[in-house]
Amino acid sequence: MLLTRLKAGGPAIAKQGILVAFIVFMIAFSLMSDRFLSADNIMSVFRQSAIIGVMAIGVTIVVIGGNLDLSVGSMLSFATVLVVDLHDKIGPELAIPVMVMATLCLGAINGFLIGILRLNSLIVTLGMLSAIQGLVLIYSGGQNVDIVDQSGTWFAIFGRGAMFGIATPIIIFGTLALIFHIIMTTMPFGRRVHAVGGNPTASVFSGIPRSHVVFMTYLISALCVAIAAIILGSRVMGSQNNVGQGYELQVLAAVILGGTSLLGGSGSILRTVLGVLMLAFIQNGLILMGQPYYTQRLVTWAVIIVAVWLDVAAKRGRLFSPIA
Amino acid sequence: MNTAHEPALRLQGIVKTFPGVRALDGVDFDVMPGEVHALLGENGAGKSTLMKVLAGMYQPDEGQIIISGQAVRMSNPIEAKAQGVVLIHQELSLVPEMSAAENIYLGELPRKSLGRVDWKTLEERSNAILKRLKCSFRAEVTVAHLSIANQQMVEIARALTVDARVVVFDEPTASLTDAEKVVLFDIINDLKAQGVGIVYISHRMDEIFTLSDRITVLRDGAYRGTLTTAKTDEDEVTRLMIGRSLDLSRNEAPPKFGDTMLEVRNLACDGLFEDVSFSVRTGEIVGFYGLVGAGRTEIAETLFGLRTPTAGEIYVAGEQVTITSPRDAIALGVSLVPENRKEQGLVLQMNCRDNMTLPQVQDLTAGPFVAKGAELAIFDQYRDKLAIKTPSWRQSAAVLSGGNQQKIVIGKWLSMQPRVLIVDEPTRGIDVGSKSEIHQLLRELAAQGYAVIVISSEMPEVLRVSDRIVAMYHGRIMREFTIDDVTEDSLVQAISGIGPEVAA
Amino acid sequence: MQLFSENPLLRWLMRNPIWGFVLIIFIFFSLSADNFFNERNLMNIVVQTSTIGLIALGMTLVMINGNIDLSVGATLALAAAFAVDVQSWAAFATWGNWQILPAVCIALLVGILMGAINGFIVWKTGVDAFIVTLGAMLGIRGLVFVYTGEQSFYAMNFAYSDFSFMTIGPFPVLAVIFVIAVLAVHWLLSRTVHGRNTYAVGGNREAAVNAGIRVGPHMMVNFMLIGFLAALSGVLLSTQMGAATPNLGRDYELWVITAVVLGGTKLTGGKGDIIGTLGGVLAIGILRNGMNLMQVPAFYVYVILGSILIAVLFLDKRFNRAENGGLRL
Repeated sequence: MLLTRLKAGGPAIAKQGILVAFIVFMIAFSLMSDRFLSADNIMSVFRQSAIIGVMAIGVTIVVIGGNLDLSVGSMLSFATVLVVDLHDKIGPELAIPVMVMATLCLGAINGFLIGILRLNSLIVTLGMLSAIQGLVLIYSGGQNVDIVDQSGTWFAIFGRGAMFGIATPIIIFGTLALIFHIIMTTMPFGRRVHAVGGNPTASVFSGIPRSHVVFMTYLISALCVAIAAIILGSRVMGSQNNVGQGYELQVLAAVILGGTSLLGGSGSILRTVLGVLMLAFIQNGLILMGQPYYTQRLVTWAVIIVAVWLDVAAKRGRLFSPIA
Repeated sequence: MNTAHEPALRLQGIVKTFPGVRALDGVDFDVMPGEVHALLGENGAGKSTLMKVLAGMYQPDEGQIIISGQAVRMSNPIEAKAQGVVLIHQELSLVPEMSAAENIYLGELPRKSLGRVDWKTLEERSNAILKRLKCSFRAEVTVAHLSIANQQMVEIARALTVDARVVVFDEPTASLTDAEKVVLFDIINDLKAQGVGIVYISHRMDEIFTLSDRITVLRDGAYRGTLTTAKTDEDEVTRLMIGRSLDLSRNEAPPKFGDTMLEVRNLACDGLFEDVSFSVRTGEIVGFYGLVGAGRTEIAETLFGLRTPTAGEIYVAGEQVTITSPRDAIALGVSLVPENRKEQGLVLQMNCRDNMTLPQVQDLTAGPFVAKGAELAIFDQYRDKLAIKTPSWRQSAAVLSGGNQQKIVIGKWLSMQPRVLIVDEPTRGIDVGSKSEIHQLLRELAAQGYAVIVISSEMPEVLRVSDRIVAMYHGRIMREFTIDDVTEDSLVQAISGIGPEVAA
Repeated sequence: MQLFSENPLLRWLMRNPIWGFVLIIFIFFSLSADNFFNERNLMNIVVQTSTIGLIALGMTLVMINGNIDLSVGATLALAAAFAVDVQSWAAFATWGNWQILPAVCIALLVGILMGAINGFIVWKTGVDAFIVTLGAMLGIRGLVFVYTGEQSFYAMNFAYSDFSFMTIGPFPVLAVIFVIAVLAVHWLLSRTVHGRNTYAVGGNREAAVNAGIRVGPHMMVNFMLIGFLAALSGVLLSTQMGAATPNLGRDYELWVITAVVLGGTKLTGGKGDIIGTLGGVLAIGILRNGMNLMQVPAFYVYVILGSILIAVLFLDKRFNRAENGGLRL
């Protein structure tokens, strides 16, 4: 049954598969828990997903460009420790730009090694993951950092504030998603990222500056990490020196769930947002049902594989792989 | 023993359907022992499906496969091989990091206890086979270190691990040089002399007429007939393939040449080509003819800014220029339709419109956004001009036929309003019908005043489209001909390195 | 270049540059760290290396296949949890020291099962191994939390934690197990039909399919092997600690991949060997151990390792530059 459906309406369903799954989960959870669909709960899920979400926007763009970025987790630790530590030393108005510049430098190193030297992105960002984690530890001397005066700083608005009754992290996440969605779908840069990810050789043969485009995707990724770090630092008003550990793979999971192909050339920011929200709602729903938080991981496992499987199956027109 | 009247292999009424497509519709085919039977058809005519049925990779829905008088079922390539039917793949299906011996016996490595490989037996047997093929390398050598031709030999050696009754060659010469082709043809004739039936698939009429005894033509998955090679000619075969005769005439209006648009003086690139000088006028097509590796593609790549020349000057419209990137080339009005459509020409998963406007998307803007209207206007214009067959601009380029894909690439560069259009192997892997359309198109473009360079390895193609022909050999220009003074003989001599003074 | 081609040792080093690096850091630490070059410390390095090393052996197979396994750290933790917990099951209460046996067996079976699940999914769905095992990494870690309730388990039977101190002759038993595993996997990869098919599947999947190799089950076997080795590594690690913590093995997948890539295995598959991988894990082991002895804070090891990984990639690219035929792409 499923197979014939897939054949008939294949690509259309596959494209909306994540949306369908999302709706199914939402209905299921709302039937099981009254609080699930309450405005408070939805807002809190949105707010919690903002950090992963902002990072996922950047990673989506890198992946559409045909590469991976596993260094975002370490980079988040780096940026958060830096902004929190500098906050008390030079004040937030300087700490933020200094941290953003430093994080962009890390992104530029990624971009240089991968975009210009053409080294394999998985290995480079794996190396950067390790190196940046080391940098954080060296910088902090292995200590965690804190902001002393937590109530008297305007830095709090990014993580704890609200505008028009909507928490700032949600506003930042939503705005960024929209901006980058527009860039990726309607501007020449977006078209070029898709082309370079889809076929780098043909892009060069079409006069596209491939190195430059890939370099830019890593700068964007680093920028997103820096923004996520501002939200995180502001919310926690402190930072552990390994706060971002493991984020890289959670972020990647959300991106994949959103249907972005790891082969490059296709993907969408808005569907990544759905992927992020879906993971967040699953966790939230399970907690409301009285399950421990880590059951989310089990569900995520199944959801990722089924989602990508259906996508792959729709493309090849049969459910099971033909390899013997 | 097979008698001469018993086919080595016979297919009867083979039907194979895929969802929505009847790929093979009652195809009959047979091959006698000691015969070369060519299989012909346009792309999509069902040749590859038929082959996969032969090799046990697909199961037919209807019909019978009869080997030496017995109906058989082959449910995978191993079973087919056991029956003596071996397929030599078009794309080399070798594992580069393994030895020639391991590749020859891939999937059937001789075993000892505990699942160990019996290296001694493996290498003895493999070396024996390579000796039979008169190969000069040993079976222990790693395949990655072999030349393409020798890799093809390894592929062919696989056919000899069993007592082959039928060997299927799928476009075996696609990546071979002329010298290597001769070796291949010798092997095919050897196999033939040993009573093996050969199925030979190729687009190249000249090869088919030199090698084959009979020709079977497929069209749209259906059997169109079998001809005896000695009693037919190219025209008849072509008519069976595409259902009409090809218009092989040149457009007879005398071409009008304008000013020199591109001039190259003493251009060189280390180890690839040297001392290359030529010029192209507006309204003129200059054909570059030579063997694969003669340096033609590399010249095109240099002109397009993808290689750095080590010496020489380039003039565009009389002005000396340096071209260091494709962007420079595009800005100067030099465009390149590359050799490999799928790898270099198109972003396959992108739609037709986006592919076509890719080089200029940065400039096609309304404010910060891509101007969709302008893009569509360009697409529509060139779709109509080049008669591109696609249901809509939203179609991804991957699903178009080779001819239509090539037209998208040509349209992409025409829309840049180039002054010089370089076209590298414009009809490689394109079926006969679309081929002549593209030739016609190139003539029309020249007539409209473009300066065109056509690089081709096919003599009929250069002879048909060019006004002048530059013959290359080993990175050097050997001779230049005008279309009126060129003969096939002198052209062949030039590209084989025999200079005009010797030839005369 | 003449020099390189004449001397067989130098020629071998050219093909296995990681061993040149191992040699250099070995000499460096021997000269500059007092306690480095002695029997006890060298044995120590092998023991410390064995944890990552065992998994890296399996990862070499999986990566030559053209796949990857990101779930090994979680599998290690799950196996360690079972190995420690099963000993104290009531069913085995009267078994004395024999209660360790079913515990270890179950732990290893759990590892094989996790590998089998990964392999089966890769085989049947055709989803990329990177994605399948990324999901499994999250999922299996979730299983660890579910099983342990986020608590650490402690081995009540002291024989279990004593195991790691045992020696066979002069050699620590953990080092012996590692060496045996290295030899076994090397033999498997270079001498057996399965091993050779591993290269075939990774080097040219389509050719392997056409040659009748059953690619799906083949890949599943390699996933089961890496599951087994990760579980074995988990069991040995838990004997060293006398305990199993739920966060055990976090980030190990990254260390293991680093080691295997340092050893020259290609991410795209078809190329690599155990000799290289052994060099890769030893390089990491010696660096950590030597820097520790020189009292360099552990933080610097991260930076150095990351830089080395990128440098190796860069040098590899410089030496094998011909990939585009000189075309500026």
